[in-house]
This record gives sequence, C-alpha cells and structure tokens, in this order.
Amino acid sequence: MTGFADFIGGFGDIMTVKVTTTVNGKPVSGDVEPNTLLVEFVRENLGLTGTHVGCDTSQCGACTVHFDGKPVKSCTILAVQAEGHQVVTIEGIGQPGNLHPMQAAFQENHGLQCGFCTPGMIMAGIGIVERNKGTNLSEETIRAELEGNICRCTGYHNIVKSIAAAARGN
Amino acid sequence: MYNFTYHRAGSVDAAAAKLAESGDAKLLAGGMTLLPTMKQRLAQPSDLIDLNEIDGLKGITVSGGTVTIGAMTRHADVAASAEVQQAIPALAKLAGLIGDPAVRNRGTIGGSIANNDPAADYPAAVVGLGATVVTNKREIAGDDFFTGMFETALDEGEIVTAVRFPAPQKAAYFKFPNPASRYAVVGVMVAKTASGVRVAVTGAAPCVFRQSDMERALSGNFSADALSGITQDADGLNEDIHASAEYRANLVVVGAKRAVAEMA
Repeated sequence: MTGFADFIGGFGDIMTVKVTTTVNGKPVSGDVEPNTLLVEFVRENLGLTGTHVGCDTSQCGACTVHFDGKPVKSCTILAVQAEGHQVVTIEGIGQPGNLHPMQAAFQENHGLQCGFCTPGMIMAGIGIVERNKGTNLSEETIRAELEGNICRCTGYHNIVKSIAAAARGN
Repeated sequence: MYNFTYHRAGSVDAAAAKLAESGDAKLLAGGMTLLPTMKQRLAQPSDLIDLNEIDGLKGITVSGGTVTIGAMTRHADVAASAEVQQAIPALAKLAGLIGDPAVRNRGTIGGSIANNDPAADYPAAVVGLGATVVTNKREIAGDDFFTGMFETALDEGEIVTAVRFPAPQKAAYFKFPNPASRYAVVGVMVAKTASGVRVAVTGAAPCVFRQSDMERALSGNFSADALSGITQDADGLNEDIHASAEYRANLVVVGAKRAVAEMA
C-alpha cells in the first residue's frame, strides 16, 4: 500500500506490518502502515467509530481507550504497538440494554450535551474509579484526574456528578 | 506523520544494534513527545525502534536507601508505587504531576530525561536528588547528564536503562504547571541529602540548573526564611506567552520557599 506520505517526503519502500491484537475481547488482525495510529486502526480497519478523534494532539481525550486495562490516548499510540495487547473501546464495555455502570451514570445524570467527548469521558471515568478504589472519591479528585479530557459544552458539572455516582454504585 | 520502518526490540542489545545500523533511527519509549512531534512533521526518523516490549527495562526496586527505576517504567507506576512513596515521597508526587492520567499511563522516565524538554519534571528530580543515570554503556552523574535544551550527555547509540535515586533525608517538589499543558512553568526540587542541600530548577531556563545561592543559604539554615534575601537573576530565563523571564525568576524563589516550608 502506498500512503500519501510516500509522495511528499516519506520513505518510499515502507512495508505494511501485520498487527494481531485483542479488541473488546475478540482477536483481530490487520495490515497497517507503521505510521497508522491505534485510533485509525480501531475506527477505519475495525469500524468501531465510538472512539472519537477530537484534537489529534493528545490533549482532549476523546480518543481514550483502555490498553491492558489502563486509559490511554489512542491518537498517540501506533497500531503496531497493540500487537499482543488488550484494547477495550467504548463498544466493549456495555451495550444498549446492558450498559456499563459508568454509561448508566452518564445517562442518569445527563453527563453530556453534544456527546462528542463522552466516549473518552466514560473510558477515563472508569480509570478514575479503578485508581481510587477503596477511597471516598472526592469531587476534587475527579476534577483533577479529568484534566486530560476536554468537554466544550457542559462545564463538567454533570460529568463529575456522573463519575461520582458511578463510584458510589448508583 | 511521515512513514518509517518499525522495529520491535526484544532486548537492549538488539535495540542498540538496530540503532547502530539504521540511518536516522529513533528510540520509541512512551511516545508522548515523539509521536506528537512526528505528527507535526518536526521529526522524520527513518526507523522507530520500540522499547516497550523489553521487560527488563521496567520496574522499581528499593534497597539500601536507593530507588532504582527502570527506564521504561511509566509515570503512573512511579506515582502509585508504595515503595517510592515511602522512600522518596517527593519523587512519587512529581511523577503524579506529569501531564494527565492517560499520559502518565504511557510516558516513561527514560523517555522524559533523554528528551530533556526544558519544562519537563523529571530533570528536576534527577539533578535535585543527585541521581545517577545508567545506560547500556556507562553510568552518568545526574549533574552531568543534562547539557542544554533538548540536549543530554548521551552518545549516539547510547540507551538509558535505569535511573538510580539515593533517598534524601528529606525532599519536596514545588510545581507551577501551565494550566493547559501541565508542563512546568517552573518546578523546584529541594532536597536535604547526606552530601548537602540541593536545589534544582526546571521550566525556568533552557535547561534544568542548580540554584547554588539557595543551596548555600539552606546549608546554614534549612528554613524558608533563609531564602528571604535571595533573588533569582531573570537574565537568560525562558520567556513566552505564558510567563515573562521576571515572572519565572520570582516563581523560582517562591517555589523554593514553599518546598522548604512543606518540609518543616
């Protein structure tokens, strides 16, 4: 496969690389160019478009997925780096009618307006609850740990409320 | 980003061999700086040599008052390590202040110090705590490691494998983060160690530096008051839309005082 980059200064003889990984519990594989981002692989090769690309500069967090159980920004990991690892996207945590508690909490508390940042917020929110298990998760902690996820609609109030509710288990 | 040839290294030796034979290869650690830089086409390596699958480069060991952190240990793991929190709490705190949680889940100490961003946090820890940088070829004193903006003492083909931190008697890290990027506008590590007081400043200048006036003042009297008469020269400090050189100079003094006060 010849990429656009090859014509405008890239190295001409780049080979595609086969990636075999696990996404949402299912083994998947595909041929990618080395410079394919994990988020591109997930969205374009696998058709899992729930993971969004917001800023594409690792600031906004819309592309947050779980990599070996931990939230990471999938716009700043290469698809080839997922080889042998476990990736979970927003599609992998719950389905309509069987929502993940974090998804249910966002629904219950109206933790979104336009919804663009929501998949990333939910994946980051699960990480916040995981990291602070056994503690009384404060609003201050939630706000501090959400600093890698940007919402331009809500002022964060209901997002914080949603994560707090999910942490309390209601 | 421009394309490149990808190599997954299985060992440090394999990575070093590949580095030696590839034209303009770069090592890929956490990728939190390198990949965004490549996306902006500010870097165009011919090859990326991925260190992420080398298990021997990961992990934290504490023994005899020394904390050894493998080069590919993530910031989140340093921040959450009960052993680091006990031996050098300021180091765990510093790691937990880098970037955001998702960045801390990928970024590594080796990548951070090899890049030597002027506003990175770890250089303040390496210099302020008098650490030793271990590479595949030698050991480099923290004081000698950072040589200029984005420049280090690393030779071509040299790979950081670990950083050894001697536990200080006490230490504290002050950070004034840029509220958007979380990089340090100014960061000050103050440590009282067996071999004297060390004050290392990051973010303020093109490269981390030791504030020797403060070190001398604190050696006689380890209290925030001892820093009252000390000023930081603004000449040569960083100046950008976020802070003037004078503002940074003032923050260096404020930060050092707060770090010392935290230890009282």
